[in-house]
Amino acid sequence: MPGVEGFMYPNEIELQWSVLIVLYPFLTGLVAGAFILASLERVFRVQAVKPTYRLALLTALSFLLVAPLPLQLHLGHPERSFEMYLTPHRTSAMAMFGFVYVWYLMAVLVLEIWLDYRRDIVVLSESTTGWRRWIYRMMTLGSHNLSERALAIDERVGYLITVIGIPSAFLLHGYVGFIFGSVKANPWWSTPLMPVVFIFSAMVSGIAAVMVLYMLMTWSRGRSIDMRCVDTVARYLFYTFIIDFSLEMLDLIHRIYESDESFRSLDFMVHTKLYLSHIVVQIVLGTVTPIALLGLTQVVKLTEMARKRIYALAGCLTLIGIFAMRWNVVIGGQLFSKSFLGYTTYKMGLVTREGLLVAIVLTVLPLVILWVLVKLLPPWTERNSGLLPDARAAH
Amino acid sequence: MRDTEHSGLGTASCIQLTATSEPEGGRASLRRARSSTGTTMHAFKDSGHLFRLAAVFVAGILVFLVLRGFLVPKSFGQYGHYRGNAMAEIAARPVNFAGHETCETCHADVLDKKKDGKHAHVNCEACHGPLAKHADDPASVQPPKLDTAVLCVRCHEANAAKPKTFPQVASADHSTGLPCDTCHQPHSPVIGGGAK
Repeated sequence: MPGVEGFMYPNEIELQWSVLIVLYPFLTGLVAGAFILASLERVFRVQAVKPTYRLALLTALSFLLVAPLPLQLHLGHPERSFEMYLTPHRTSAMAMFGFVYVWYLMAVLVLEIWLDYRRDIVVLSESTTGWRRWIYRMMTLGSHNLSERALAIDERVGYLITVIGIPSAFLLHGYVGFIFGSVKANPWWSTPLMPVVFIFSAMVSGIAAVMVLYMLMTWSRGRSIDMRCVDTVARYLFYTFIIDFSLEMLDLIHRIYESDESFRSLDFMVHTKLYLSHIVVQIVLGTVTPIALLGLTQVVKLTEMARKRIYALAGCLTLIGIFAMRWNVVIGGQLFSKSFLGYTTYKMGLVTREGLLVAIVLTVLPLVILWVLVKLLPPWTERNSGLLPDARAAH
Repeated sequence: MRDTEHSGLGTASCIQLTATSEPEGGRASLRRARSSTGTTMHAFKDSGHLFRLAAVFVAGILVFLVLRGFLVPKSFGQYGHYRGNAMAEIAARPVNFAGHETCETCHADVLDKKKDGKHAHVNCEACHGPLAKHADDPASVQPPKLDTAVLCVRCHEANAAKPKTFPQVASADHSTGLPCDTCHQPHSPVIGGGAK
């Protein structure tokens, strides 16, 4: 049989989870990571990253809105997914995801963004015209109260939501890792480290994404990049990446030392079918290189331009590396037989419902949503930026 | 409905209006002298937008609960985590399998061949397919003739995952495409055991 080596059980020959299921943890990881970056400013009072605070929140919302779409496209009957809300099955981790998702979307992200932007929304509802005015008016919920006390209440409630949001972000992405980690029949996935590795890799990808987006957007707006901010974000990315890499290496060393009955099969796979995506792209290109680049900026005094270029390159490589990590987990876990006697091949469709084209569209869609959100709710803290000439003056 | 009491809005300069409304010393002491009821009322008014937001959330939850009331079948959860009425609906579906006891009432000769052979515990419809219609009307509904070259290898094709004690052959080498019943009697599959 083409693409099959050795012995495969019949239900293992064709992969059930496609590139869309690779995309799903990648997108939710960006959400959780972006939110954790936002919380640095709000909860941990890291003032240097303030310019990225609102952008991080909007990025998280954009990606969170798209995150369920890969799952919906994977389902044969997407309309039935709503039934997990109607008749919740409390013993199913996958079914409970719906509630984790809604909690994170409505009780954390939307609420925090609304509270943070309320002052701007009220001002914009008065200063804009046409359809924009109607949108902002709807968003004010009819309350134009901008008294000091009201804004102080917003600040306190927003802080509380961010505090609740941090464990929620961990829950959102830790859950994704939990789903894989709890599949005891699959030795490639079944490890209690999986949720922890997923959380830290999520933080890495989210911080890298916001850093790259901030630099890209600031450059496209013709403004100067706040280097104190980007230096701080890059430093946090470096620290988080070291923890993430250490955890992944711990998992790897543990597997090698333990050498259980699956080891030979997995080892063979890493040296053959997954060599390019795992060793070359994930570890060398997507992990060691960006860590080395970011480490270089920490120990060598470089010019501003050099640092910008290094951050941009390291950020992009990080995102590629984290996507490769998701690929190696999801696709890699399905390439070998549970008999450990054979291997199959993943052939990705191009213009199918779960093919490459759809995956590209779903990767670009959050950026389009982000563009709309940035137009609607400008995240920039400088004066005279975008739609809101004076609103930030009182900040 | 608009809560404009505190806004003083008209333009973006509202921020300045609110920013300059910092109480001075005299006003602050006057405010402190106010009754606790007044302070609570102010706090209540200044939280008005949060109450509105809470109302939106509550409305959303209510809409969901009403929808749920309509969409979840009444019999859901009657016996378990499924629709109770599904049991009766499934039971009302036409029966496809007749069961080997029904087959044996007419085909006693086949039963005699099977009972001492390796296929004694293989039910008739496992190979012949569902035949309830044939059992209901044997004259007009005839089961199709089986192609043993295709049928037998479904179980007996050599496969490393099967127990070593299970009879299995590499059919391409073993029979070179010939139907298995050329040599074997399917109802009691030993060579020379009355192969037709």
